[in-house]
Amino acid sequence: MAINSIEAQPDVQALSQQGVHVTSLESLYNWGRSNSLWPLQFGLACCAIEMIAATMARHDMARFGAEVFRPSPRQADLMIVAGTVTKKMAPMVVRLYNQMPEPKYVIAMGACAISGGPFRDGYNVLKGIDRYIPVDVFIPGCPPRPEAMLDGVIQLQEKIRGQKLTGPHRARHADKSVRGDYPVPEYAGGDLSPPYNPEIWSPPPVPESSAEDESDSET
Amino acid sequence: MEANVMNTSSTYLFLAIFLAVAVVFPLVPIGLAKLWSHTFTPAKPGHDKQSSYECGVVPVGSTRIQFKSQYYLYGIIFLIFDVEAVFLIPVAVAFLHLPLGAVLAVAVFILLLLEGLAWAWAKGVLKWQ
Repeated sequence: MAINSIEAQPDVQALSQQGVHVTSLESLYNWGRSNSLWPLQFGLACCAIEMIAATMARHDMARFGAEVFRPSPRQADLMIVAGTVTKKMAPMVVRLYNQMPEPKYVIAMGACAISGGPFRDGYNVLKGIDRYIPVDVFIPGCPPRPEAMLDGVIQLQEKIRGQKLTGPHRARHADKSVRGDYPVPEYAGGDLSPPYNPEIWSPPPVPESSAEDESDSET
Repeated sequence: MEANVMNTSSTYLFLAIFLAVAVVFPLVPIGLAKLWSHTFTPAKPGHDKQSSYECGVVPVGSTRIQFKSQYYLYGIIFLIFDVEAVFLIPVAVAFLHLPLGAVLAVAVFILLLLEGLAWAWAKGVLKWQ
């Protein structure tokens, strides 16, 4: 439950102990949509196998309302970037994100989607999908186990339950002035241009002491 | 007599109520959803979002594609030379013991397919190219 929600107020909690449940429209709305996350059905690499396993009988992601994998971005509100994003694939991933309707969320699953993982030094591997689209939850692991996938979904649900619909700190999908799509990078000559979206990502500052250890000058 | 008139009018009254409910029942949720989206979750159309979904690839050409119907010729030839053979094998096995009705039924079946064969032949489908 969100910290500043109406359920956290002491008198409301006292009422709730007596069996009278008071809620706000915002909490009800967030509760509903956090329990009906529909992921977009696509897998990029081996992490997708763990993602599939998370939906199967043993781990059963349906318990969290997120089992309905949609074959079209029009019906999905969660993008699970499961696996290595090659530079050739990155424009498709960003375009699919743009085609999803708001509100939409992104889970970067596994080391590859976060940073390139073991293929970070590969000539054709994107070093993290957060360079082009905003990522809500990062799930580390190589690959993450289905339990970690479920934990990521629960984290995302908690984030959704804390989102505001009105006011200056409202969520992006509730703000008409904030665009919901991001520029699609262009793949040409074996590389992506631009190398990252400067609006949402910037190269991390390199510490002075380990500057010579960092062989990756491109970042 | 007057009771009958009352009954008839009240029957139509129920129909009118039913019609009104049938119109209002779907309109209220649609109106609420429109109001909600207008107030809290505004639509954000964009170039990528409006384009047709091609698994993330930029769509090429028009989406109004017409498929050619010429495949039906292959369907007919397949029926004549392949499916017919499968049906004729049990007939050939039991040929000496077939009653007259069964022979006639098989003859009608073969004639129907032969008509298709003659039609395809006349159309020039069988010509090797």
